[in-house]
Amino acid sequence: MSTVVRLEDVDVSFGTRRVLDGVSFSVERAEFVGLIGANGAGKTTIFRVVLGLLSPDRGSVAHLGRHVGYVPQKVVIEPDAPLRARDLVALGIDGERFGVRMPSRARRARVDEMLESVGAAEFADARVGTLSGGEQQRVLIAHALVGNPPLLVMDEPLANLDIKSGHEIVELVARLTKERGLAVLLSAHDMNALLPHMDRVVYLAEGRAVSGTTGEVVRSDVLSELYRYPVRVLDVDGTVVVVGGHDVQVR
Amino acid sequence: MTGFFQSDPVRVALAAGAVTAVVSGVVGVFVVIRGQSFAGHALGDLGTLGGSGAFLANVNPLWGFVGVGAVVAGAMELFGVQRRRGRDVATGVVLGAALGLSALLLYFDTTTSTTTGATITVLFGSLFAASPQAVPEMAGLGAAGVLGVVVVFRPLLLSSVSPDLASARGVPVRAVALGFLVLVGVTVSLTSMVVGTILSPALLIGPAATALRLTRRPGAAMAGAAVIGLIATWAGIVLSYASDHWPPAHRGWPISFFVVAIVFVTYLGVELVARRAR
Ligand SMILES: Nc1ncnc2c1ncn2[C@@H]1O[C@H](COP(=O)(O)OP(=O)(O)O)[C@@H](O)[C@H]1O
Ligand SMILES: [Mg+2]
Repeated sequence: MSTVVRLEDVDVSFGTRRVLDGVSFSVERAEFVGLIGANGAGKTTIFRVVLGLLSPDRGSVAHLGRHVGYVPQKVVIEPDAPLRARDLVALGIDGERFGVRMPSRARRARVDEMLESVGAAEFADARVGTLSGGEQQRVLIAHALVGNPPLLVMDEPLANLDIKSGHEIVELVARLTKERGLAVLLSAHDMNALLPHMDRVVYLAEGRAVSGTTGEVVRSDVLSELYRYPVRVLDVDGTVVVVGGHDVQVR
Repeated sequence: MTGFFQSDPVRVALAAGAVTAVVSGVVGVFVVIRGQSFAGHALGDLGTLGGSGAFLANVNPLWGFVGVGAVVAGAMELFGVQRRRGRDVATGVVLGAALGLSALLLYFDTTTSTTTGATITVLFGSLFAASPQAVPEMAGLGAAGVLGVVVVFRPLLLSSVSPDLASARGVPVRAVALGFLVLVGVTVSLTSMVVGTILSPALLIGPAATALRLTRRPGAAMAGAAVIGLIATWAGIVLSYASDHWPPAHRGWPISFFVVAIVFVTYLGVELVARRAR
């Protein structure tokens, strides 16, 4: 196994408020890691640290490669923005460069291939702003991966998707993880859609993180301790479900 | 129409109008994509200050427009906050003060000068009154504007789509935004020369908004906006020239009226066709 990114003892404070408190975890090659935490737990802050947009007050971040593929939490693209799916993917190759770019067959082929591998070939020429949430996620994933980064980070990609599209995106990401040997860190406030596919979990609460396999972490006692609130992990017809509250009836 | 193309003022107007149409098409598409049409309006209003000040100082109003436009665009981006709404509030505050000052300067212009043209030139444009040397100056500024957009094209497009995506890729998002707003300032100076400060946003935004209804590609939208702007500007110049003997005053109607009317009708037509096509 080779480690693609490792956080060690990372602290981040905003003003007097400590948002991350000694957070440590790592993501390996070909590993799908879910970053789970309630709203405001610090998931986006962790991504900003991983992307190098925010320096931690303490602790270290070590990367295998500089380049990280990123799908931000909220990307709002106006329906009339003159940007086709393929244009957004092409910006993933060299969108940060100044100056003119000559059209080339090789890059067009690369964009087509990328669109194909995320199942977005069908709407390659549609305006991104007119696509559905799930379709936009596919295009954003293609944008993030077209430069072949070793690590893909996705900030709550399921937040605005219906259940079916959510599952499709998770399946797509799981497939890309194995096919490309990609390391994936994907955040969610609800982990249900991730349970069948993620290799490991990083749980975030009260600024602290617990990391381990789903079997080690997705347990009633561990999660209750983490949330500081009683939650139960149930198995419904082979699907693991996490429910919260005192009034849960378990037969 | 005889003598139309022989007339020097007409040639100057056609050349200056063409330069302006092209740069405002190119810059205008990004103004629309970035939702900054309010900034375009603000820069037009503030240009009034520069134009009226330049008149008082006996300088070509173009340089008044450019000076104020570039400085103010920079200030707006620097003092504005990142979020769109906050930025627009900051713009609004600067605006009120500047318009008050412009009114005062225009008042001085008309009371201290024997020529009565200041107000009309600044507010409604002055293409026929532009000197031949204005053409190379405007062409230089226009070329700089187009070149500027070409240079920042990809980082600007990416940060317009998502500042988060852009900064994660190492784009200096704020510097790019600042640079672009300065380009908008320069462009509005040129459109102010053609149609005056009041209508300058219409020439900046109208053709771009129209072209964006017609194409999905940013480059094609820019070319389309430039062509629409060019047709409107040149047709405006011809009509203004032809209206020399029209009522009520038997003096030519202003170019700005025709330009903006053509831009508006084109937009309406395209919008109707686009709706029907859906
Ligand atoms: N730039 C900032 N300045 C001040 N507080 C911030 C900033 N960014 C995030 N926070 C705070 O840090 C906490 C964690 O935020 P975030 O990482 O966005 O959470 P999540 O993504 O898990 O919902 C929140 O309480 C948020 O208000
Ligand atoms: Mg977040």
